[in-house]
Amino acid sequence: MTLFMQALRFSSSRLPFICRRSRTYSTEAGAIERVISAFRSVSGDEGVSVGSAVREQHGRDESAHRCRPPDVVVFPRSVEEVSALAKICHHHQLPIIPFGTGTGLEGGVGALQGGVCFSLRKMDQVLDLHQEDFDVTVEPGVTHRGLNSYLRDTGLWFPVDPGADASLCGMAATSASGTNAVRYGTMRGNVLNLEVVLADGTVLHTAGKGRRPRKTSAGYNLTSLFVGSEGTLGIITKATLRLFGIPESMVSAVCSFPSVQSAVDSTVQILQAGVPIARIEFLDDVMINACNHFNKLSYAVTPTLFLEFHGSSKNMEEQVSITEEITRDNGGSEFAWAEDEETRGRLWKARHDAGYAALALRPGCKAYSTDVCVPISRLPQIIVETKEDLIRNNITGPIAGHVGDGNFHCLIVLDPNDPDEVARVHSFTERLVRRALAMDGTCTGEHGIGLGKRALLREEVGPLAISVMQGIKATLDPKNLMNPGKVL
Amino acid sequence: MSARVLVGVKRVIDYAVKIRVKPDRTGVVTDGVKHSMNPFCEIAVEEAVKLKEKKLVKEVVAVSCGPQQVQETIRTALAMGADRGIHVEVSGKDYETLGPLQVSKILAALAKKEQADLIILGKQAIDDDCNQTGQMTAALLDWPQGTFASELTFEADKLKVVREIDGGLETIMIKLPAVVTADLRLNTPRYATLPNIMKAKKKKIANVKPADLGVDVSSRLEVLKVDEPPQRQAGVKVETVEDLVGKLKEAGRI
Repeated sequence: MTLFMQALRFSSSRLPFICRRSRTYSTEAGAIERVISAFRSVSGDEGVSVGSAVREQHGRDESAHRCRPPDVVVFPRSVEEVSALAKICHHHQLPIIPFGTGTGLEGGVGALQGGVCFSLRKMDQVLDLHQEDFDVTVEPGVTHRGLNSYLRDTGLWFPVDPGADASLCGMAATSASGTNAVRYGTMRGNVLNLEVVLADGTVLHTAGKGRRPRKTSAGYNLTSLFVGSEGTLGIITKATLRLFGIPESMVSAVCSFPSVQSAVDSTVQILQAGVPIARIEFLDDVMINACNHFNKLSYAVTPTLFLEFHGSSKNMEEQVSITEEITRDNGGSEFAWAEDEETRGRLWKARHDAGYAALALRPGCKAYSTDVCVPISRLPQIIVETKEDLIRNNITGPIAGHVGDGNFHCLIVLDPNDPDEVARVHSFTERLVRRALAMDGTCTGEHGIGLGKRALLREEVGPLAISVMQGIKATLDPKNLMNPGKVL
Repeated sequence: MSARVLVGVKRVIDYAVKIRVKPDRTGVVTDGVKHSMNPFCEIAVEEAVKLKEKKLVKEVVAVSCGPQQVQETIRTALAMGADRGIHVEVSGKDYETLGPLQVSKILAALAKKEQADLIILGKQAIDDDCNQTGQMTAALLDWPQGTFASELTFEADKLKVVREIDGGLETIMIKLPAVVTADLRLNTPRYATLPNIMKAKKKKIANVKPADLGVDVSSRLEVLKVDEPPQRQAGVKVETVEDLVGKLKEAGRI
């Protein structure tokens, strides 16, 4: 009977201006069976699962939030099935939780009030590639690495590259970013159109069906509204994406610095010099030390920048020498660079394995990543203050950052069974976020709000903006069925 | 060095596609399915282009056998750095039954015609997994062969080939002209970039028919049927060791 009991419970919503719906369900024995058999008539027997292993798999992501399994998992094969299944959920007041690859970092897929998880992995086609227009439309089962493999013969790629091989529609839902956002932007700038199924089954094309101009001034920007909505406004079933030309030439470089300040100053000056920098990654001394141990390398244990340039082969050497001069002027040393793939891989190995190196510092522990983002000029101050906080509170937290965007992650390694450590880490992260907010920054540069940062969102945008967001939510999802308990 | 390298490239169903068997069980569904260059052929092209960049060979010629669509595959090779292409036209029933024996006869004839010094092929195609074309081509030409190559080095007029074999790595020296087949770890193929794709449009692809090369493409093999692998059966959970032993006995396993 859990499905309907839970449906009753959440229908008394927390949002003050959603009218309370008290619906009396008949508790006749056939009720749950009817809903599930309605699902099966849409998606077939293989398209519906109540198996506990399947439900658990769909109740967790890659965050530290505990598993909150849904009551049912459905596997629609088309937008028509998604719409039909949503209509059934809407009729029975069942929560709807969209699920892409389950690689989120903020507990966004937890079914806090039970309900129905819509696993979209069977919708896995790349549709409508337009090479000369640099756009492509994909279904939710397509991941960014899968798309780039599909595109490899065309000379085009989709550059947004979060660490995991995530679903592109999921990346749109969380407004994901990657290491080369400094050059190519995040999902916000690279989604041209979305097909979304709303809580009542309505199919919406945010920029108009099939439309893909490179720019538009037409009406309210609904596409942008859904990017970053984390499944709370609708289920994304198609995304039209902006593609870029694969760079003719790539050069990677590494440079050590005497201080965080000198590394960030170099970053700002490199950007101002107009160098086509594609990636600027910052690793602090604790992280470098971890990488040295993990990979048996011998980097100087000091703040280090890992850089990557994309461009035409003709002007690569010039760009590298401009950059080298800037780093030298800021006290940088041990500048090394390479163009061939093998040496580039070796130079960047520390950055690639940073996550594992951090975990290796304390085997058996769990990792938790913070995600604040501040204006670049405030980065030295926040990193220095954060490092002092880590040391003062005896927290293992090597730092890796997308310094070109002012975004950095403390890869905190902690023992989840030590309540004192868990409490220390929790208050550390609150202080870190407040520090970032005080510097005109954000509590989340790329991971999203999910389950754990809702109070911080209120602090960040203020109660007025929150009530505008709640108004939009109430318009698109008056029954609060879409991923309840997240974002707002 | 004035060497000319011939690289064979095959158009196959893309490795990421879920293969489906046709309802009449005569083959797999190819209509409307994404095709691309066989991954081992990509490695072969990359190796040839690397040799040219090191100025060890003078010209790289990409060859493919099949209908009109294989020209896309040849264009990809040209975008990766091959100098020109040869399209051997085979279509219809002949294409459906085209296999390693016919292709190796074609490649042998082309090698003589083009005066190639080195043939680099992928070790096998991911659709038929035959792993025969390189070996047959070498035999027809009476050339030495370095198959499953994970490393290729020129030493005067010889080739040092490190081969991946079951027991580890075997290093052999073979004289040119020779046939080499590429294994996975030989190199990492480059992506075709837009400027190179544009340049490739201007490179020449010559058209040739098997008959012009004196090759008969009729097949001596007939495919009787194609089936999917058997569906995996669900497992069964048992409560006790006695149950487990009982079930194993029932299944005739012990």
